[in-house]
Amino acid sequence: MLIKTIFSGFGGQGVLMMGYILALSAMRDGMHVTYLPAYGAEVRGGTANCTVSISDEEIASPVASSPDYVIAMNKPSLIKYEGQIKAKGTIFLNSDLVDIDPEREDISVFKIPANTIAKELGNERVINMIMLGAVSAWTKITSLDSLMNGLTEVIKTKSSKQMGINKKGLEIGAEYVLRGA
Amino acid sequence: MKKVFGRPKSMKDAVFHYCPGCGHSIIHRLIAEVIDELNIQGKVIGVPPAGCAVLAYDYFDIDMGEAPHGRGAAVATGLKRSLPDRIVFSYQGDGDIAAIGTAETIHAANRGERITTIFVNNGVYGMTGGQMAPTTIIGQISSTTPGGRNEDRDGVPIDLSEMLAIAKGSVYIERTAVDSPKNIVRTKKAITKAFKAQMAGLGFSLVEVLSPCPTNLKMTPVQASEWIGSTMTTYFPLKVIKDTAGKL
Amino acid sequence: MLLRGSHVIAEAAVRAGCRFYFGYPITPQNELTEYMANALASLPDGVFIQSESELAAINMVIGVSMTGKRVMTSSSSPGISLKQEGISYLSGQELPAVIINTMRGGPGLGNIAPAQGDYLQATRGGGHGDYRTIVLAPGSGQELADITRMAFEYADRYRIPVIILGDGMMGQMMEPVEFPDPIDPKSLPPKPWVLDGAEGRPSRIIKSLILDTSAMEEHNWKLFRKYEAISREVPEMEQFLTDDAHLAVIAYGTASRIAKGAIKRVREMGLKVGLLRPKTLWPFPKRILLQMSRTISDFLVFEMSAGQMLEDVKLSLEGRGRIHFYGRPGGIISTPDEIAKVINNIYFKEGLERE
Repeated sequence: MLIKTIFSGFGGQGVLMMGYILALSAMRDGMHVTYLPAYGAEVRGGTANCTVSISDEEIASPVASSPDYVIAMNKPSLIKYEGQIKAKGTIFLNSDLVDIDPEREDISVFKIPANTIAKELGNERVINMIMLGAVSAWTKITSLDSLMNGLTEVIKTKSSKQMGINKKGLEIGAEYVLRGA
Repeated sequence: MKKVFGRPKSMKDAVFHYCPGCGHSIIHRLIAEVIDELNIQGKVIGVPPAGCAVLAYDYFDIDMGEAPHGRGAAVATGLKRSLPDRIVFSYQGDGDIAAIGTAETIHAANRGERITTIFVNNGVYGMTGGQMAPTTIIGQISSTTPGGRNEDRDGVPIDLSEMLAIAKGSVYIERTAVDSPKNIVRTKKAITKAFKAQMAGLGFSLVEVLSPCPTNLKMTPVQASEWIGSTMTTYFPLKVIKDTAGKL
Repeated sequence: MLLRGSHVIAEAAVRAGCRFYFGYPITPQNELTEYMANALASLPDGVFIQSESELAAINMVIGVSMTGKRVMTSSSSPGISLKQEGISYLSGQELPAVIINTMRGGPGLGNIAPAQGDYLQATRGGGHGDYRTIVLAPGSGQELADITRMAFEYADRYRIPVIILGDGMMGQMMEPVEFPDPIDPKSLPPKPWVLDGAEGRPSRIIKSLILDTSAMEEHNWKLFRKYEAISREVPEMEQFLTDDAHLAVIAYGTASRIAKGAIKRVREMGLKVGLLRPKTLWPFPKRILLQMSRTISDFLVFEMSAGQMLEDVKLSLEGRGRIHFYGRPGGIISTPDEIAKVINNIYFKEGLERE
């Protein structure tokens, strides 16, 4: 089993944090993981992306030339990665910021209005947790419990209020998928 | 019989390889006398340069660690940061400090490294055979300025000490010479103060010493010393360039 | 812990008792410098200087190394070129130091993508003069931690600069890692050759200028004897599925990971292929490679360069075996599928036996 996931969006959308929490959670589940952020000139100008590989055996390349899953937080991310997704793979779209549909028919598309949901929650910064909750519920790469633990490990220094809203984001994202499916 | 003059304890019993009339021998001796007088022979670490004084470690009876050409201030920084209670000095010529090692020197001064630099300015590349130095004066003939240093082509002699004085981290900078007994005494005082500034933990200190190089100036030793007073000092006036160290 | 490669090296260095770091920013290894800035600031005996240049950094390393303390600098390809002057002096002066090169695409300014174009620079000395440095090539996050510890041990044991040759991928990628227990620098054995002021002992000189030619020759032979000892004692090579292999891929660092992925794929198709991964690039594990040529007929050298380690493989095999090469220079990261195709092609062209 080898699953590669690309998270992509604008800087500030918490894209790197999404990937990091997923990788950390999978590691705690006893999986082999790699986390590869884009760096240098590639991330200047406000774009961010990272690749998470999860496997039950040693991981050869941390790069995903044909990812199983892509999480596109904005329109440029869809344009950039649509062509790379593995056949029968899934793209998760933040439908609030992606107003076009993928052209490919051999991939699944899952739309989550992350900004709208986050606004209802009262904190637009948790769009990343909403998306991550949705991704985990749909793909079952890792459980919601593992993500919660990963989240606790990562943001342990922050206030309980922040922790609460982030956890809420994960839950609501997951619920959104389960309701839809 | 009372001994009135002898070899400083911090000098080895060795014969200098320097040319007759060269200023290095005098400056070496002054540094050794200062080390003896401050009683720091067992606490001092010297950094010799690339240049005529590359063999300084054959003469000083102290710990010495060689630096690549121009990098004295960086090597001294490493030594001092590792051993803050030792006294670290670099000994550098004009090409070493004011051409190839300018960046290292300026930044060490700017960081206020607690090191002392003895900057020997003789206006010429000595060891390599008399090429133009960054401090060669306008019109001075060298093996690479056969018609004399030309301002348009070669720029003007660099005022490194004045530049270093701008750095907030430098606390004591003086330009002296070893062309006369009076100036030799003055030089020793300056070196003493520079070491004391370091020992007081104040910051970067430097003594620029105008030094005769009769061989490459193609002069007699007497002429070379006279040339310092008559010509070199018009470009490089002898003075305390910066002193925020106060009385030490 | 899930940590970025650059952070792994930095943390492992601190745990190895390194309290001195000097460096100049360059991508893709700035995270290492930044980690050291933080880590050393929180230690009472820690010293961190962001130097004015790579030249200054390596010379500050020389200064600290003269006092016998563990010291490190890091950079990426263009910056390592600038450090070569100092590495030559460290070698001549027989001073220990650890130098990290997070290789990127080149020559010149190149790019900041992972590459392996500095192999020859690292393994042939790199600066002027007749010398070698130990060159270590980690292949995973965990190995970054282990190899960094080892680098400091080797540097002290042999009084030699040790280079860890990574790349942008190794530096940026996060993998799980466990660290060895920290070493208190005060517990390290004293070095009898250091400069610390000549109190109560004869004064010492650390230098590389030896004008007398026969003395210089003897110094060179002394270095050579040391390199001979290192060549006997240090070489290391990971062997993966080589017992029954007809073809072995030879790759290090990031390339070796990709090769391993490719080998798993071709094994599923019944191809008897293994991996030889040098963990030390200098000394190159020659003897092991030569031994392998008794049972393996074909060797595929795979590098993220136009062919540099290839030279060492040819020298090591001394004419034995068939040597093939596949390389992608300039910062291209091949995929395991791509390498699997290359292996397949060679395997069938040479008519090697399938399971």
